[in-house]
Amino acid sequence: MREVLIPGVNSKKKQMCFDWGPGEMLVCETSFNKKEESETKPGCPFIYIIRKDIDVYSQILRKLFNESHGIFVGLQRIEEELTGKSRKAQLVRVSKNYRSVIRACMEEMHQVAIAAKDPAIGRQFSSQVSILSAMELIWNLCEILFIEVAPAGALLLHLLDWVRLHVCEVDSLLADVLGSENPSKHDSFWKLVTILVLQGRLDEARQMLSKEADASPSSAGMCRILGDLMRTMPVLSPGNTQTLTELELKWQHWHEECERHLQDSTFASSPHLESLCKIMLGDEAALLEQKELLNNWYHFLVTRLLYSHPTVKPIDLHLYAQSSLDLFLGGESSPEPLDNILLAAFEFDIHQVIKECSIALSNWWFVAHLTDLLDHCKLLQSHNLYFGSNMREFLLLEYASGLFAHHSLWQLGVDYFDYCPELGRVSLELHIERIPLSTEQKALKVLRICEQRQMTEQVRSICKILAMNAVRNNRLGSALSWSIRAKDAAFATLVSDRFLKDYCERGSFSDLDLIDNLGPAMMLSDRLTFLGKYREFHRFYGEKRLTDAASLLLSLMTSQIAPRSFWVILLIDALPLLEEKEVVFSAEQTYELMRCLEDFASRRPVWREPGVQRIQEDVENTKLEMLRLALARNLGRAIIKEGSLEGS
Amino acid sequence: MFVARHIPADHKDLIHDVSFDFHGRRMATCSSDQSVKVWDKSESGDWHCTASWKTHSGSVWRVTWAHPEFGQVLASCSFDRTAAVWEEIVGESNDKLRGQSHWVKRTTLVDSRTSVTDVKFAPKHMGLMLATCSADGIVRIYEAPDVMNLSQWSLQHEISCKLSCSCISWNPSSSRAHSPMIAVGSDDSSPNAMAKVQIFEYNENTRKYAKAETLMTVTDPVHDIAFAPNLGRSFHILAIATKDVRIFTLKPVRKELTSSGGPTKFEIHIVAQFDNHNSQVWRVSWNITGTVLASSGDDGCVRLWKANYMDNWKCTGILKGNGSPVNGNSQQGNSNPSLGSNIPNLQNSLNGSSSGRKHS
Repeated sequence: MREVLIPGVNSKKKQMCFDWGPGEMLVCETSFNKKEESETKPGCPFIYIIRKDIDVYSQILRKLFNESHGIFVGLQRIEEELTGKSRKAQLVRVSKNYRSVIRACMEEMHQVAIAAKDPAIGRQFSSQVSILSAMELIWNLCEILFIEVAPAGALLLHLLDWVRLHVCEVDSLLADVLGSENPSKHDSFWKLVTILVLQGRLDEARQMLSKEADASPSSAGMCRILGDLMRTMPVLSPGNTQTLTELELKWQHWHEECERHLQDSTFASSPHLESLCKIMLGDEAALLEQKELLNNWYHFLVTRLLYSHPTVKPIDLHLYAQSSLDLFLGGESSPEPLDNILLAAFEFDIHQVIKECSIALSNWWFVAHLTDLLDHCKLLQSHNLYFGSNMREFLLLEYASGLFAHHSLWQLGVDYFDYCPELGRVSLELHIERIPLSTEQKALKVLRICEQRQMTEQVRSICKILAMNAVRNNRLGSALSWSIRAKDAAFATLVSDRFLKDYCERGSFSDLDLIDNLGPAMMLSDRLTFLGKYREFHRFYGEKRLTDAASLLLSLMTSQIAPRSFWVILLIDALPLLEEKEVVFSAEQTYELMRCLEDFASRRPVWREPGVQRIQEDVENTKLEMLRLALARNLGRAIIKEGSLEGS
Repeated sequence: MFVARHIPADHKDLIHDVSFDFHGRRMATCSSDQSVKVWDKSESGDWHCTASWKTHSGSVWRVTWAHPEFGQVLASCSFDRTAAVWEEIVGESNDKLRGQSHWVKRTTLVDSRTSVTDVKFAPKHMGLMLATCSADGIVRIYEAPDVMNLSQWSLQHEISCKLSCSCISWNPSSSRAHSPMIAVGSDDSSPNAMAKVQIFEYNENTRKYAKAETLMTVTDPVHDIAFAPNLGRSFHILAIATKDVRIFTLKPVRKELTSSGGPTKFEIHIVAQFDNHNSQVWRVSWNITGTVLASSGDDGCVRLWKANYMDNWKCTGILKGNGSPVNGNSQQGNSNPSLGSNIPNLQNSLNGSSSGRKHS
């Protein structure tokens, strides 16, 4: 359970009102008890905005999220191809990829920590590095036990690698000592040799001993003997064809030989060498003396196994693990969360590992990706039949939801939702609607994502929001194109009406490009069709394609798609055509026009503003009279033209 | 993990409600100083007050945003017995430069005889509709048939609850399987121990809202109520703020063929009850996926409740004040490492083992 302290709020005296936002929470001090009218109190409370910020250290973690996203998607995609023997190898490879991404992130963050000028920031980055390191430690162990599923023999080798990778600064110490003039006289010489032995790096330990032998002839003999013991310790090497039983047998003999040397006090005169021999015999007391060098109980565990039960079976691990933990802590301290997680892993209790990690780590990144990978290994099902796959989805949904709070990482979240078969789609629908559409680019990106997934309702809604916003800001062209994309006929009608109203008022259209290039989208609504066709009429007239213009104008009037309020304009638009030198309207067309005119005149729309009405009516009446005259004249001319030779 | 920043609210009296808009880029606050303020978030993440105006002649209890499909629209309700609808007008370019915007009143809803205690917009698929509830025990549902003309609202339904109402919640589910549904809570403290939560459902045949359920087990005054967003569940989840936090599930029972005209019957189960707030719980609210419930109570804290994948509800977070005074306007806040560990010892376990290592 996480506790967040909000500075400035006095929880003893006041309560809080709040609201959820897509990525933040609003909180404000208030007092709920009084519902009646209150006297004015002096007070200037603050509004608090609480954000679950998944990306405080931007650049570096972003890389982690981005790269792990790539691995995740890749894993989902190759799922069908993962078959047979190569399946395990491929899954191990995926696991190693994840781990290398973590390590790369650690390395970068470490560099930043060192370079930080402000020590507080440096400390924060360092603690991040520690957490990443813990995550990699856990992941690595899970890889060995659950994905690699190392059998007895190989198991120990993997665990040795694991320990070597995560514990102690052996290499730099090695370099230090070797680089000095007299390595064996170096202060840390014996410390180094001990560490090497603890980590099972016996070849290097032997080399160190030979230096000691060279430098100090009195102990040369002992060094040689111990060196020989080191050289002859039986180990299972990869590719070795001996069976486990053979190995055990050889090891037993070797162990007895070491024991004999100890009994014979071969190394009695060198406490260092004797201690090393005891370690190699797996003597617990000797090992525990090296607590400081071992640093933690799992190092102790692996060293102990190496020198007492090298052929340990996976199912027996947990016994040694528990006792190692107990021995190492020695009752002085209690296990910490990391210890419990590792113990759960040694017990092969995957569910417990995930549960403990979920509690200990406050970000879902780790558990989501690890659980997904384990699910691909078909491990969750056999362990947890009831909610196996649901747990994977639960964690992925949590992680992806968190990504949506970020202004650019949300795009990664989309893919995670895609691979959640139960609730992924509906979760994506809910989240994607809330993304603020601050730029056209972002809006288009969001729409593309929705369209690819046939989220038609979200497309409609987002386009509607954009169209509405455009209308409010009087950007009619933008409003129209969003309405078209939303396939929102009603809104397209509304915007078209606005265009037409604008034209009535100003005598010209805005956004001509858009209207001229509507194409089949014109069919979305009658009003839109009218708008498009009316513009076409204008174009015809501009290009002097007068007969086309005339026919179009007439069809606009007769097809009934023209709004009532526009009829006057259409009729008056006929005037210039009627006044052309040549006869544009045929006789029949002229009759039609006359009928439309009378039709209109008998059903004139009522003007709303009484003052303006008179003047408007007068102007209109004049124009209509002119039209009647022009029509009559045109009729005459048309009849003559059609009656004479060229007309028929 | 959590970054908290604060901005001075500048209200002259107690703030009663805060509300994010749909995208989380604007917010509104309302106060006993009778005004509403609107705040906008800039690209850089800073909040600025872009409008502040007197909305009522009494304390303003709640303020809420309509869905952005309807434009920039707010509703407020007040002790002055009215609720009002406001629309933002795109102003002169001068105003834009100064970062100010104008809100005009589109309508005043005056039907209530008493303080209007809550106002909520209906889910967007129902059109532009809102519900108010009052201390006179009546829930009123209004609709604006023309979305482009917000001055025309008509009172479509009056639902009598017989008890003084304190809160309402629309069921956000837009599934065709569910009729419109509204839950009403009452904080009536009169001695008749009537159940304080009623659920009304719209009937397509009668074209009226009829009572579908009463939660008999809730007998203490209810201060807030909230349906959870539905991710495709066949049942509904309702959270209630009363003397404790309660979460109920309502499973629709299959309608018998004979009573197809009546409201749906529900199987009601209580799935969680928490009294951690020690006394009264005043507000409950769901996150956008309905996976986390937040509540605030007399203990001065906001608590977060979440169900794990086994459907067990637990408290997963607390927001509380530490009481120390804060100065001025700080848009920066405290921050914790983001991949952070809840338990610092996780880091300590590794000290000395890997910091500063070279990796091969």
